[in-house]
Amino acid sequence: MDSNSNSYSQLQNENSSLPDFIRNSSSQRSTSSIQSFHSKASGGHSVKEDARLVYINDPEKTNEKFEFAKNSIRTGKYSILTFLPRNLFEQFHRVAYIYFLVIAILNQLPQLAVFGRGASIMPLAFVLLVTAVKDGYEDYRRHRSDNIENNRLAWVLVNDQFQQKKWKDMRVGEIVKISANETLPCDMVLLSTSDTTGVAYIQTTNLDGESNLKTRYAKQETQMKNPEKEKISGLIKCEKPNRNIYGFQANMEIDGKRVSLGPSNIILRGCELKNTSWALGIVVYAGGETKAMLNNSGAPSKRSRLETHMNREIIYLSIFLVVLCTIVSVCHGAWLRRHKDDLVLMQFYRKKDYSEPKVDDYNYYGWGMEIFFVFLMSVIVFQIMIPISLYISMELVRVGQAYFMIRDDRMYDKASNSRFQCRALNINEDLGQIKYVFSDKTGTLTENKMEFQCASIGGVDYSGGKAISEDEQTGYSLRVEGQVFRPKMKVKVDPELLSLSKQKHTDEGRHVHDFFIALAACNTIVPLTVETSDPALKLIDYQGESPDEQALVYAAAAYGFMLIERTSGHIVIDIQGERQRYNVLGLHEFDSDRKRMSVILGCPDNTFKVFVKGADTTMFNVIDRSLNSNTVKATEDHLHLYSSKGLRTLVVGMRDLSASEFEQWQSSYERASTALMGRAALLRKVAYNVETSLSILGASAIEDKLQQGVPEAIESLRNAGIKVWVLTGDKQETAISIGYSSKLLTSKMTQIVVNNNSKESCKKSLDDALVMCKKLTTDSDATRRGSGARKTEIALIIDGTSLVHILDTELEEQLFNLSSKCTVVLCCRVAPLQKAGIVALMKNRANEMTLAIGDGANDVSMIQMADVGIGISGQEGRQAVMASDFAMAQFRFLVPLLFVHGHWNYQRMSYMILYNVYRNAVFVLVLFWYALFTSFTLTTAITDWSSVLYSVIYTALPTIVVGVLDKDLSRTTLLRYPQLYGTGQRQESYNGKLFWVTIMDTLWQSIAAFFVPLLAYWGSDVDRSSLGDLWTIAVVILVNIHLAMDVVRWYWITHAAIWGSIVATFICVMVIDVLPFLPGYWAFFHIAGTKLFWACLFGITIAALVPRFVVKIFIQYFRPDDIQIARELEKVENSRESRDAEIEMNPIFDPPRR
Amino acid sequence: MSSGDEISQTISKKSKKPQYSRFTQQELPACKPILTPGLVITTLISIGIIFIPIGLSSLSASENVVEIVDRYDDACVPSTGNDEAAKRERLSFIQNAKTNKTCIRNLVVPKKMKHPIYVYYQLDNFYQNHRRYVKSRSDRQYRSPKYEGDTKTCDPESEIDDHKPIVPCGLIAWSLFNDTYGISTKSNPVPINKKDIAWGSDKSSKFGSNVYPKNFQNQDPIGGGKLNESLPLSEQEDLLVWMRTAALPNFRKLYGRIETDLEANEKISVVIQNNYNTYSFDSRKQLVLSTTTWIGGKNDFLGKAYITVGGICLFLAIAFLLTYVIKPRPLGDPAYLSWNLNSAEL
Repeated sequence: MDSNSNSYSQLQNENSSLPDFIRNSSSQRSTSSIQSFHSKASGGHSVKEDARLVYINDPEKTNEKFEFAKNSIRTGKYSILTFLPRNLFEQFHRVAYIYFLVIAILNQLPQLAVFGRGASIMPLAFVLLVTAVKDGYEDYRRHRSDNIENNRLAWVLVNDQFQQKKWKDMRVGEIVKISANETLPCDMVLLSTSDTTGVAYIQTTNLDGESNLKTRYAKQETQMKNPEKEKISGLIKCEKPNRNIYGFQANMEIDGKRVSLGPSNIILRGCELKNTSWALGIVVYAGGETKAMLNNSGAPSKRSRLETHMNREIIYLSIFLVVLCTIVSVCHGAWLRRHKDDLVLMQFYRKKDYSEPKVDDYNYYGWGMEIFFVFLMSVIVFQIMIPISLYISMELVRVGQAYFMIRDDRMYDKASNSRFQCRALNINEDLGQIKYVFSDKTGTLTENKMEFQCASIGGVDYSGGKAISEDEQTGYSLRVEGQVFRPKMKVKVDPELLSLSKQKHTDEGRHVHDFFIALAACNTIVPLTVETSDPALKLIDYQGESPDEQALVYAAAAYGFMLIERTSGHIVIDIQGERQRYNVLGLHEFDSDRKRMSVILGCPDNTFKVFVKGADTTMFNVIDRSLNSNTVKATEDHLHLYSSKGLRTLVVGMRDLSASEFEQWQSSYERASTALMGRAALLRKVAYNVETSLSILGASAIEDKLQQGVPEAIESLRNAGIKVWVLTGDKQETAISIGYSSKLLTSKMTQIVVNNNSKESCKKSLDDALVMCKKLTTDSDATRRGSGARKTEIALIIDGTSLVHILDTELEEQLFNLSSKCTVVLCCRVAPLQKAGIVALMKNRANEMTLAIGDGANDVSMIQMADVGIGISGQEGRQAVMASDFAMAQFRFLVPLLFVHGHWNYQRMSYMILYNVYRNAVFVLVLFWYALFTSFTLTTAITDWSSVLYSVIYTALPTIVVGVLDKDLSRTTLLRYPQLYGTGQRQESYNGKLFWVTIMDTLWQSIAAFFVPLLAYWGSDVDRSSLGDLWTIAVVILVNIHLAMDVVRWYWITHAAIWGSIVATFICVMVIDVLPFLPGYWAFFHIAGTKLFWACLFGITIAALVPRFVVKIFIQYFRPDDIQIARELEKVENSRESRDAEIEMNPIFDPPRR
Repeated sequence: MSSGDEISQTISKKSKKPQYSRFTQQELPACKPILTPGLVITTLISIGIIFIPIGLSSLSASENVVEIVDRYDDACVPSTGNDEAAKRERLSFIQNAKTNKTCIRNLVVPKKMKHPIYVYYQLDNFYQNHRRYVKSRSDRQYRSPKYEGDTKTCDPESEIDDHKPIVPCGLIAWSLFNDTYGISTKSNPVPINKKDIAWGSDKSSKFGSNVYPKNFQNQDPIGGGKLNESLPLSEQEDLLVWMRTAALPNFRKLYGRIETDLEANEKISVVIQNNYNTYSFDSRKQLVLSTTTWIGGKNDFLGKAYITVGGICLFLAIAFLLTYVIKPRPLGDPAYLSWNLNSAEL
């Protein structure tokens, strides 16, 4: 969320376009949300057509025609009956499982039965069972929580009496009574509250995570009624259920009057009632039709780049598999052809079956069919060439990685008490390959905690505010009947302004007076009184949804204009100790067209005034310059000054309304606000009419502090070769000054500014900029050669208006060329949609990984568009978080997230993919080589069970453990040298070359593993099972030692997994060989009793791994990559440190780092 | 904001701060060995030092094995031609049960052979690992008379015409090798001990001591040897040896042991009953007399392989050592980091 104007939208954006694209946020990805962003809030106006009719206090009639959803909810997917079919159906959505299934089915055909039936189904059954149990358990928990929800009790009006009713039995049309701190059971229109003015406060934490209180109003028409005494009847026409939690349009016919209802009249399921002792509401949406349930959609799903690349290699593997199968089947065909005449008599073939009187071919279906069958059988035998288990292992590893990211206490933010959140589980490794970071400014780089800094009132700049010194701690306070009221937050005050604010009768004093009245009144802040430990002292807490407004109200309070009470009809402001009541006659909410809001007040002196505040661009259009041209001029200068300091500015204006003007306004306002069709447009028109020829009061400046650690984080990101783009809605000056303070821009950079209003001028300035860029780079090349100076860095600053002409036109290409030459790009005044457009531009053209980080609703489209979207769970609600893949509390956590976790995730996952491919291929190749010695009939020496257990028990665990735990470099090293992040950007750990190198290595290892025993036992009396056991154990030891060679950090868990797997293999092989009904009975014990067996095993392991070892050390030593050097550096420094420690003999206790 | 912080502190029920543990922070104590040049050279040299002696000793073991191999299949049939007619003649000779198939081979012992001398028959190009073949057996039937009818997996050799099960069923048993050998020196016969040639585990557990052959080999086509119907399967050791199907198409099977020494240059004659039909396809039969050592029979491969690997490792160790001396790279020198290299080049 950016710019003063946009944060308003949080509060009053019901009519603006924002919520509409929030609606689509979570599940559908980028494109859909953008489309809906185009098609503005059209859905809101269609109340009349197919509206929902709710008869107040008459559920029978309400549900007569259409049965509306009851209030019972069902988030569980399955029932006991549907569990099996539905769960299986869902599981088989994965291609991998279908492959498994087809193979298993093929194996059931008697002609193709390669494996025993049990052995072939087991892996699939195992995976299905595990997943089903997991799904079942999750569903059981959902059912249980549904049950608890459904059986909660609420007070419902039945026969003019409130009775307790279970939530699940509540129906649309019923009247419900809610007490303080209760959770709302369904979406209701407020009828009346304990507050006489009909105000209710709700907290929407469960819905959108915002913890501040929001005000909702009951209509005056219903507020006075007591349904237990008098029967209320009426009709509410409202929209169909939808997901927009910030929008609601309806009207209510009651007592013959028609009252309009808006989003401020509805309270939603899941919210809690606060600070209001009771509230009555009528159910309009229940159960699954409530907005909370409709918004209850899962996390987004993306596919990581590594996985996309991997899928390409999987296709190579499939081709390889087909080649192997073809070789076997063709050779088998040739063999059959050569021995065509011998087949009948060969003892080991015996083509004919003589057991029946009619002699027939036994299990022989003709030459062609035999080849075909052998082909299918070889697919079955070599099936694990496609590493299906890899997909499962990857999921497990990602869960492990997510666990560590969530549990990292360096990504925990104490202030907001929030951890890192992993919402998308399948793009962990993308974090290690980011090339572009697109960041929002407000709330992302800055804290979004606004502090009033200074003001320009009547053309005079008051910026002498000093931080309150210790003795002035109290600030402004108010004494009423022995009670002291004090604003919760203190604001630094300008003494001159403070003294002016106490003068009532000078001209300047009046100006200041009006200015602060405007600040205190023109907002939607609700003052709440908070008890403190001192009974005489009460704090006033200003609750509101816009931090800017809060800051302004606190500022007004500090100068003696304390907002004390707000109801829907009036506000009370304590002005220098004197309580004044103002009637709030109308409020024109903020919208993104006008970029301002206004309030019409009836003052104690019976005059009517309109106060307006808003963004400078739109305010100066409605300010009458002829009234006070000097002041306007001076204010403009001050605004420029403020924004160049990085402050957020607002302009305030006012106008006295004459009685006729007021009446004219009032009638059109009434009409507009009860209109059913196009209410928003009508209201906007009314606002345009009243917000004219204002006299300027002044301007305010608010500081939004940079978040802790942002400059350092940005510097590290830039050092790591990541390009940081800041996309903000702020003014250019503000953006540039924030750019400097966050070290995004440095004085050494050459700035190229593109500010244009037409396509032609855009094209021209882009061309100029490109030329300049080229000149600068060649210049600097020249100077660099001479003096060794650093490369000139270029910063591009571009504004939203120019982008309008550039995006989606042929100028995109030029912008891309230009921006790829720039180290920093700053886009100001950009709309949410443009943010997404910029991200898409870079993502599609640069083919690099992009990351978008933001905190507000206007960042949602950008977050969804980028490869990795990160939401800042900060001040501005949860929309960004809901749309994001990862969420965290502070921008600076990006550094550990990318450099440490991203790097680790990437390294681990890349290695794991390569290793899994190798692991499966080496086994398949051993099977393949043996097939060449069985006249191509695919007999396996390795038992069926070992084939099945190979990827389940023999080798599964170590790769997962290493994938979760191994660290190539320590956290400190990674943070110290951000450049190490480049390995991921350059895809050094997983690429086509590495894949093929791995395949060559695999080929050699399989040859060593197969042919050493083959030649050592050639012509001996060894039997098939014994040799099979030798091969099994040889391959398992080989792949585990191979893994062990690549492990960087040995934890005890790693030891346990790797050596444990080898031991487990021995045990399994023994167990298989003590089953007397298998042909290989006792084979292992026979062969393991010979020295030749052990000599083979030892020889295989060394011979197979020596090439890898040698290549590895030669690369490490003569062509070391950065990671290798950094690893050595770690080691060298560690040993130096430990030596130092020994010398010092320092017994300082090393406290555990917390 | 200080007072506000206090309030929110007291309000928030519990901190979500992750519980610190070395595991969750990924700070478990770990050993992180790196390959220093010293370590690498030591490893390579020690592989060489271990491998070469093992290789030499297995070579010498293989040298010490004395082996007599005699191919007799073509010599023990009347016609040796390669044409169709000769082949047919050979086939009719071997398939006719009434022809006299006795055949005498005279062999010379090249070196002194210490007992035990193992007598093997060797079949070449005989696919005992053919899929059709290895699957055609019923391990349950062999173990217990209860499962006598359990012959489904034995096709096409499961039952005789009137659906009586064959015991032992299956192609493997049906094709039992049935050549016999009698060995004698000039002076006296050399007894061949045929006891305990099968695995003890097969005799005790895999084949039943109360399972007797039934309907075996009494219907055409006859695949191989017959069994003594009065002996249980567990005592038919030739069958047990045969049923341990070989891993490879060229294989030996133990026929018996000679418990006396044979002197060098001693002439022995072997009386062979050449019953087994390997003439229907190009398979070969050989008789093997061999002593044994720890690496089994005569096989130079393992020794050569070990010596080669050991030699290569030694060579690599020296090569690495030399390059290390000529072009050393200090470990962990930050100057070698790519970004430092780049700026140094500029």
